[in-house]
This record gives sequence, C-alpha cells and structure tokens, in this order.
Amino acid sequence: MSQLSADRPAPALIFETGAPGRATEYVERSRPHGEFLPPELLRSDLPLPDNSELDVVRHFTQLSHRTFGIDLGFYPLGSCTMKYNPRVNDAIANLPGFRDLHPYAPDELAQGSLAVMYELERSLSSIFGMAAFSLNPSAGAHAELAALLVAKKYFKDRGESKRTKVIVPDTAHGTNPASAAMCGFKVISLPSDARGRVSVEEIEKVLGDDTAVCMMTNPNTLGLFEDRIAEIAAAVHRVGGLMYYDGANANAIMGNVRPGDMGFDLMHLNTHKTFTIPHGGGGAGHGPLGVAAHLVDYLPTPVVRAIPDGKPDVRRAPSDGMRFELDFDRPKSIGPMRSFWSNFAHAVRALSYLYANGAEGLTSVSQLAVLNANYLRVGVSEFLTTPYPEICRHEFVASAQELKKETGVRALDIAKALLDRGFMAPTVYFPLIVPECLMMEPTETESKETLDLFIEALREIVETAKRDPQSVMAAPVKTVVGRIDETRAARQPDLRWRQSG
Amino acid sequence: MGAYTPHTPQEISQMLERIGVGSLEELLAVSPEIAPKAPLDVVPALPEYQIERRMKALAARNRADEYASFLGAGAYRHYAPPAIAALAMRGEFLTAYTPYQAEVSQGYLQAIYEWQSYICLLTGMEIANASVYDGATALAEGSIMAINATGRARLLVSRAVDPRYRAVLHTYCGGLDIEIDEIAVGADGRTDGDSAIAAIEAKKYAAVIVQSPNFFGVIDEIDARIRAAIETSGTVPIAVISEAISLGALRPPAEWGAQIVVGEAQSFGVALAYGGPYVGFIASTAEHMRRIPGRLVGRSVDNRGGEAYTLTLQAREQHIRREKASSNICTNQAHCALIATIYLALVGASGLRDVAGLNLERSRELATAVTSVPGVSLRFEAPFFNEIVVRVGNAAEVLAGLQQRGVLAGVDLGRFYPEYADSILMAATELTTTGEIAKLTAALREVVHVAALR
Repeated sequence: MSQLSADRPAPALIFETGAPGRATEYVERSRPHGEFLPPELLRSDLPLPDNSELDVVRHFTQLSHRTFGIDLGFYPLGSCTMKYNPRVNDAIANLPGFRDLHPYAPDELAQGSLAVMYELERSLSSIFGMAAFSLNPSAGAHAELAALLVAKKYFKDRGESKRTKVIVPDTAHGTNPASAAMCGFKVISLPSDARGRVSVEEIEKVLGDDTAVCMMTNPNTLGLFEDRIAEIAAAVHRVGGLMYYDGANANAIMGNVRPGDMGFDLMHLNTHKTFTIPHGGGGAGHGPLGVAAHLVDYLPTPVVRAIPDGKPDVRRAPSDGMRFELDFDRPKSIGPMRSFWSNFAHAVRALSYLYANGAEGLTSVSQLAVLNANYLRVGVSEFLTTPYPEICRHEFVASAQELKKETGVRALDIAKALLDRGFMAPTVYFPLIVPECLMMEPTETESKETLDLFIEALREIVETAKRDPQSVMAAPVKTVVGRIDETRAARQPDLRWRQSG
Repeated sequence: MGAYTPHTPQEISQMLERIGVGSLEELLAVSPEIAPKAPLDVVPALPEYQIERRMKALAARNRADEYASFLGAGAYRHYAPPAIAALAMRGEFLTAYTPYQAEVSQGYLQAIYEWQSYICLLTGMEIANASVYDGATALAEGSIMAINATGRARLLVSRAVDPRYRAVLHTYCGGLDIEIDEIAVGADGRTDGDSAIAAIEAKKYAAVIVQSPNFFGVIDEIDARIRAAIETSGTVPIAVISEAISLGALRPPAEWGAQIVVGEAQSFGVALAYGGPYVGFIASTAEHMRRIPGRLVGRSVDNRGGEAYTLTLQAREQHIRREKASSNICTNQAHCALIATIYLALVGASGLRDVAGLNLERSRELATAVTSVPGVSLRFEAPFFNEIVVRVGNAAEVLAGLQQRGVLAGVDLGRFYPEYADSILMAATELTTTGEIAKLTAALREVVHVAALR
C-alpha cells in the first residue's frame, strides 16, 4: 500500500506540464493544413500540451499508483463480481489477427472472429438455458434496454401494446427501472417480503393484462435465492407477461440452475463480471442478451449465422467445416444497439475463460463463490448484524444500524476505515431496503487466508468503533486524499481544466 | 475445479464445517423442478497452452491483414504508440471498478478529468462526460438530452450522418415514440441546406443532427443560413464526429454552432478489434450540464485541505434516481477513454496536428491516384478530410475484383444508399503507404477495364 500513501504528491494535470514542441514525434511532420483546405474550415489553435514520452509515462504510472484495483488487494464490492482477471485472456485478445481486424472486413476474411462470436453465443445459450444470445449490447444496462425493446416490439406485433407496465422488485439494481423508463414503460416497484424475497401474493396483486415484463435478479441483491421463482414465472406468464433475468449475479448459478429452466424469457449476462473481463475502471463492459425461442427473431442485428448450422466440434481444428456470416437481414429485429457488431475483444476474453474452465470448472466457480460468501457471512455475523441470517448465494448484506445507534459509526465510516487497511470497501447503502447496508461479494478467486484477514480487519474496525468512534469516523487517514467535499463538487462543478489568465 | 480458484480440498471442508453445511451441493440446493435436466454443452476445460494454440488458430482464420486496406466508414486504422498499451494495461487501471471510493481512485479520477478536459478543448464545448459506449450510442443519448431540453418528440437528421448511427438512433427511439425525419444530401456531398431549412420551418424539432466530416468524408458544418433557422425555431444543433483525428485540423464544432457534440474517439489509440470496445463521448454547452448522461468527474477539496477528484452530480444517475434518471447507463468505456487520454498526452498538439495533416495529404494522394483511372471519378466536390466517395460503376462487382487482387478498397455505399450503388467509400490515414495506393490503382485499372468491356 505504500504507493497509495499520503506522502506522495499528486502529479500535476497533464495540461500544466510540458512545453510547445516537446512532444515525442511518432509520425513525420505534415505539410501545413492550409495547403489542403480553405482557412475558414481550419481551427485557429489547438490548445493541447506537448509532453515528452518519458514525462507522459511518469504521469500515468504515478496515476496508476493512486488507483486501487483487484491486482492490489481484496475487492469485495457487492453485485460487481470483482474476481481475478486472468492475463492470458488479454494476451489472446491482443493477438494481431483479432486486434487489427476492421469491422467492415468481408465475412470470408473474418472467419476466426465470427467463429469466436458464434461459439460464445452457443455456449452461453447452453449454460443459461436460452435459445440464443446476441453479443451486440455493450454492457448490462445496454442489454436491459435491448431486452425491453425486444419485449415492446414483440407485444406490438401481437397487438398487445396496452402492456405498459414493468414490475421491478425494490431490491433491483437502479438500471432496471431506468432502462424501463427509457423504453416508455411505467415502473411498478414491488416490496420484498420479510424473507427478503419477492412474494407471490404481492406480485399477483399487480399483475394484469397491462403487465409487460417482470425484471428479476436471482439470486437477488441481498444474495438470497428467490426460491419461489417457478411460481412467480408461472403467474407472470399466466397474464401474458415476460420474465427478464438480470444476470448481474450470474456468478452464483453456473452449472447449478439456469434462467431458462426457471422460466425466464429474456436475460442479460455481464461477462465483465462472471467471465473475468477486466472492469477497467468502469468499462468497457460486455452485455450478451439471451432470449427464449419465441423472441429470437427480435434480437439486435447483426446475428452470426453458421453454414451449415450446428455446433463447432471442439475436438477438431477450430470450427472445421463451418462457414460464418453476419446476418443483417432480420425483419423483426429491434435493429442495432451500437455502432458495430460487439465489444469483440471482450468476446475473445470470455471465450478464453470458458475454455479454461469447461462445464465442470464453471460449476465449481459458482460453488466456491457461494462457499466464500457464506464463510465471510458467518465470520462477519459475529460482530455485525446480518439481517437475513440464512444460507446466501454469492453475496450477502450486513447492516451497521445497531453499531450506529451504539457508537455513531456508520456503514460509510466502516467502508473508509477498510481503505486505510488496504482493502476495497464493500458496496454501501445498497440495496436501499437495508439501513446502513454493507453488501459483500468475495468471489471464488479469493483464498481462505484473504477472507480471514478481511474478517479480522472488519472485526478490529467494529471494536475500535466501540472504543474510539471518532477515529473510525476520521478514516481514511492513510490514503492519498481524505474524505472529499461532495457538496462542493456538486454545487460548484469543476469538470474540466481551463487555461488560467 | 475452476481454473482460477485457490481452494484446497481441506480448506473446502473446513469452510463448509464453519458454515454448518455438509457439502457444496447442499449449499446450492434448488428444487428439482428448476434443476438443469442435462449437463452443460460446452468445450471441456483446456490447459492454458492449448487455449492459446486454439485461439491462435482462430486468429489466423482472419485473413484481412494480407490485403492493402482502405476501409474506414467510422472505424480507422491509425498509429498507436506502444507506450499506450504499456501504461493502460497496468493492473491498477485494468482491474479497478468504477471509482466509487474516491480516496483510493484518485489516479483514475484524475485521468478521466483529463479526458473530459481534452474533449472540451477539442470540441470547444464547456463540459464533457466520462464516456459512453460508442459514437452511435453517444448520438442516441445526446438526442435524448435535446428531447428532454425542448420537450419535443421529433428529430431531424442529415442522411449524411453514418447510417449505422442513424439505425441505432431508430432503435433507441423505438422505445420512446420519437419521430425521425431526414435531410437530403446535396449534389456536393454536404447536407442540403434548402431541405434542412424547409424542414426546420415546417415542424418543431428537438434537434438537428449533422456529422462533420460526414459519412462521405465531406466537411459538413452547419452553415450560417441553417444556423439562423435553428436559432429561430429553438432547436438544439447536434454535431457528430466519427473521425476524431479530424479535430486536429478542423475548427471545433462550437465555432459552427453546435450545442451538443457527440462522437467516437476510437481513432485516439483504440484498437479496431472487429468493432469494439470503442469509446463514445458527449460534450455540450453548460446549459445542458444536468441533462448529460453517465458519469462526470469533478475536482473538489478533501478534509485535509488538498485538491481531490470525485464522481459528481450523481443525482442525474440511475443508481440514485432509478426510473427518473437522465439515462440507464452504468458501465461506460473508462478504459478506452484512458487509452485515448494517453494517446492525446503522448502525441500532444504537435503530433495531433501532424497526424491530421498526414491524413489530409494521403487522402489527396489517394484521390489523385484513383481518379487517374479511366472511368473512375470522385462523386462529390466539397472539401473532404480523409475519406472519399469514388464512383466506379458497379461498386459490389468492382470491390470483389479488387479483393481478388489483394485490395480491400472500402465500403460499398450501395449497402446503405441504393442511389450510390456505383460508389465506394475509401479512407486513407497516416498509415496508408504510396505502395498500397499504387496497388489499388493498378488493380482498379484492371477491374474497371474488365467491367467496361462486359
């Protein structure tokens, strides 16, 4: 943690260093732009800094030293599945044949990339029990939007445009209601029951012939498996609605239970969570969209088509004997969701991870993710309230409500105190229904030792809170900056550098 | 066992015991009615060296690198200094999440603040967000900003805007009952001013959308006449930039009236990678600040009195506002934005100016060379940046003939514009060589000649 410590000053903004003409030259000098274009089309100045390559390398290396990633320490951010990102996946995505391929390369010269996409789609369909997947959406929320557009079009084609309501449990990720609103649906929020689950009785009260879609996360964001899912799906289907599976928590179910078998018609997967694609500080993500058979025609374009249709024989040379093409001619499709076909480099990473695991490996991944979460839950429950004291899936929630009453120390303070101890904080204040919530997801790639160290650090923070609450409320003190004035950031927005004077 | 799981069998037993459960199966028990009926049908696990071998074989089935390529049309081949990858692939950046815990994310937050600043400096706008998925989704999200700002449900889009961007706009608008009208393309390849003005005077639009350089490579500013009509009608002018390198030479969209600028920054060091991930940007005047979608990084102070960065104005976002948010976006393209920021830091003003200049130069070499072939001409006369529309006869047939001769000459415009089925969209960048242009020209001479004889 020394490189994150307070004694290193921040590098100056890149705009405040350098000197005109100092930039390292990567290309030859060009002739003046005025030789090619009339002056009124040209810019009068280009106010960017010129820094040498060494200065730029130092700048960004120093910035990296002020950034915490999985590679530096335990990252138990609930619902984010911060597992190890295997380096082999990056090496493969960076193979020139994949990296340098232009999206408009003719299909016959892009057979390798098309084979990757096809095999990943087919594999995901089997793992999650869907009829087909599209790799078009760029992230989970983007796939949610695509799925709701699929639902809207499907209902329109059936003459059921009166279906205007989307049901979203109160534990759902914020993207669910936001995606529904972007499709013009009315959002019905559904309260969870005392067991932290969707109640069949409550959902039946809001179901009707205006129900379009019910969006569910299973296990939900409390880490609890919705054990009445089959009844819920049956009830939604009975009124003609569709079931949507938010795959943010899919790391808990591989090889164990499939959304298709639970009755879901649509789903997304965050391969940047479950399939180890690095989050990269908030993206790029990758959000494959899966659908049941009756919705396949509505998937975004393009779709990869195989000739002859079938499954690549994995024991032979890659996709031997099959040809692939991008199919844009799909009259019922909702259309494209993005500029080009997919976040292809991420599809390569996901397939590489799939190869490393196989079916048994993926099953084991989910089992051990659940094992780690329960081990952590049992340890944490010795000193923090766990509002749902039962077997959880890949994550669980604890609450600092009792501790706050006793000492004034809040979930946020615990989070900041963890930063001082070299750990990333859990997700805090989400889901919204648990007061002073701390949502923890350890993932399967963490060892028992790491979990033990984390439990002890958390225990020590709680004990300190009881003895000396001010010291916890003052955290973090070892990081490069202390707590930030968020109010000032929002009231006096400073969102960019400006030339002074 | 999973490929990257550290558990020993003994540890699994100890942990199960601590939890009070007999087995892993018991831990994940589900009712039989929803349990999977068959084993998963996926590849059996492979050791790492075999994964590499198999993937290398797949990568080798991509054969486009054996061709001289003039493909552009929204994705461009530019030089990316290796220092970019060396820095961006550092684990601290690569394996971080969205910087919710600002105290341990200062480095990434500063980099995104620098990205926002670069986008503002290049476009002439007041604010820029932390990125969106790509150019097409930036246009869709930017249009929603204008719809919310004006309370109008109709958009006016130039047909010279990238057809895939327009298609994505249609997809997004399908959920919201937004109408989209189009402006014709004039004979010179620019958005037709008379059609634009007639439309703006006839209906109330939320936004008028123009791309420059447009899909045909033609510099297509919103001219003074259209600007006057826009101003009178209270419409939001949106500029689309899909070739970001052009910003190194052309005057910023703020100077020709844009209030919102959306675009694609793939050209700033991001790999082609068969279409993604790329990085979209949205910038605007200050009045649209609270409508801008996605993350924003701001500079503030910490409780020790020092400067510090943080995510800000989060009251716009889905995790706070849920169905009332300005967008559903959560994950963005932070890592690609980081790559673009490093690119801009490395090349500097001098380098960006040179790259832009070389694109101007090589594309003119290309234009001169191909039009020296009998039967081949430029379709449009207006000034262009680094792409040209080349009239060849039957574009699909000519492209096939050129491909047989080792050249990927560009995109068949008939694919998007039936009226231009005689034309190919060709791009030249700083990486295009004189040899490649000569190869294309020689092949074109043969192919067009053969076609004419038939």
